[in-house]
Amino acid sequence: MAQKKKIEATIVSQKQIAEQIYDLWLETKLAKDAHPGQFVAVYPHHESTLLPRPISICEVSEDRKRLRLVYRVAGKGTAEFAAYGAGDTLALLGVLGNGFPVGKARGKSVFLMGGGIGIPPMLELAKQLDCGKQILLGYRDKDLFLQEDLARYGDVYVATEDGSAGTKGNVMDIINAHGLAADVIMACGPMPMLKAIKKYAADKGIEAYISLEERMACGVGACLGCVCKTAKVDSHSHVHNARICTDGPVFEAREVDI
Amino acid sequence: MNTQVTIAGVTFKNPVMTASGTFGSGMEYSDFVDLNRLGAVVTKGVANVPWEGNPTPRVAEVYGGMLNAIGLQNPGMDVFVERDIPFLQKYDTRIIVNICGKTVEDYLEVVERLGDQPVDMLEINVSCPNVKEGAIAFGQKPDSLYDITSQIKKKAKQPVIMKLSPNVTDIAEMSRAAEAAGADALSMINTITGMKIDIHRKKFVLANKTGGMSGPAIKPVAVRMVYQAAQAVKIPIIGMGGISNAEDAIEFLLAGASAVAVGAMNFVNPYTTVEVVEGIEAYMQKYGVARVTDLIGAVEG
Repeated sequence: MAQKKKIEATIVSQKQIAEQIYDLWLETKLAKDAHPGQFVAVYPHHESTLLPRPISICEVSEDRKRLRLVYRVAGKGTAEFAAYGAGDTLALLGVLGNGFPVGKARGKSVFLMGGGIGIPPMLELAKQLDCGKQILLGYRDKDLFLQEDLARYGDVYVATEDGSAGTKGNVMDIINAHGLAADVIMACGPMPMLKAIKKYAADKGIEAYISLEERMACGVGACLGCVCKTAKVDSHSHVHNARICTDGPVFEAREVDI
Repeated sequence: MNTQVTIAGVTFKNPVMTASGTFGSGMEYSDFVDLNRLGAVVTKGVANVPWEGNPTPRVAEVYGGMLNAIGLQNPGMDVFVERDIPFLQKYDTRIIVNICGKTVEDYLEVVERLGDQPVDMLEINVSCPNVKEGAIAFGQKPDSLYDITSQIKKKAKQPVIMKLSPNVTDIAEMSRAAEAAGADALSMINTITGMKIDIHRKKFVLANKTGGMSGPAIKPVAVRMVYQAAQAVKIPIIGMGGISNAEDAIEFLLAGASAVAVGAMNFVNPYTTVEVVEGIEAYMQKYGVARVTDLIGAVEG
């Protein structure tokens, strides 16, 4: 794995693509070694803020010189990011975490499931996976984003909570509505969705790789802030805790107690 | 130019250390900084047995700082001795092991286990605000602090640093109690107990409700406490609390600290420790300071 670094990155472009959702391209050396499911930690400039904001990698440019981050404005740090444009710089710490195990999907049929701001990491993953892909996306309403990008790499199915586009409900409702099936699941999204996926995968006897999130401080595995409960004693911590930033953020659903 | 400092007979190549709990046992940050450049690595607190720590969320950002309520998660002393000490031994830096416990006996078990280990000093955590038993319970009353310090001193093979809490009425009184019980040095400050509430969800941000505040916002409190402690005792003090750069570190030295530790700022800028080492050297050059020890307690007026 490439050595982690904190470095300045230059914004190539930024635009808003849905309510509170921003699409940011950065020129950075970190792009060279970025894998789908990994993340970078982005530092706001304002001195009242301290900690970097962990943001998943949405896409890596073909020349591997640029990273695409699609994020939601959730507080003052991300609001600051949203105000920047081409030529501005941001400090990044990365690349962090372990990505999705792309090799596990080889020759299989896979569900890529993204819910809300868990959708962005599905894009680079969809690009990298060379197998049958059904891409299941859950949104709040018809204010969709990234579904057209994703449609280039597989069959996209949409669900909205209010029923204003696609299937009414969530990504699990898509499976039922369309009678879909898969051998492997790779997913990122809110905790209720990941819990439902864990149960579904256990019922079907299939593997599910889920990307977790938690409030994070150091991002590199030192502070033990962002832990999740594990089914077995973790080999690093020697207790039932794994570090999401370093041991994850992607875990096989059976490994974690969510 | 001499950057060496000596604390309780242990000489450090420079006065810059890591604050316990912010640097693991150095492994995670060895990607970013050359550990050989540091005066010492102070490890995350280790107990006699593994501790799970608190539920999440365990961390939150606040204005100019952060709150944590990790709850001293640690793999226990056996793993620590087998894995973390050999890792640190590969580097030319001093090893200070931070020790936590729920009872005095827990602390003593770790102190005894480390007796024959290549550890330079022990730092006793009697100031963590995030656990229900032990830790801060020993560090908020002079009598309790005196008692645990003297019991540890009877068993310890290495010099003992007592890490004090800022969550007390009179830091001078606490410092004197530790000194009277035989502590070889003091370190301060641990975090200041704080709280953050999410007004939209009407919930505490931390699962533990309260957490320890660290970061640049607490620095003036820490400098003041180091100064007051330095006025009250003769034993050396390791100062910490919001150190972001060499200027901050020098403030602590001038206030009376013999060494300093970088804590939360490791999370913000993983290169901070080495930048502080270099910045102190630049300051010494600029002002013609021959020995870094000339700065200790040198504030005037």
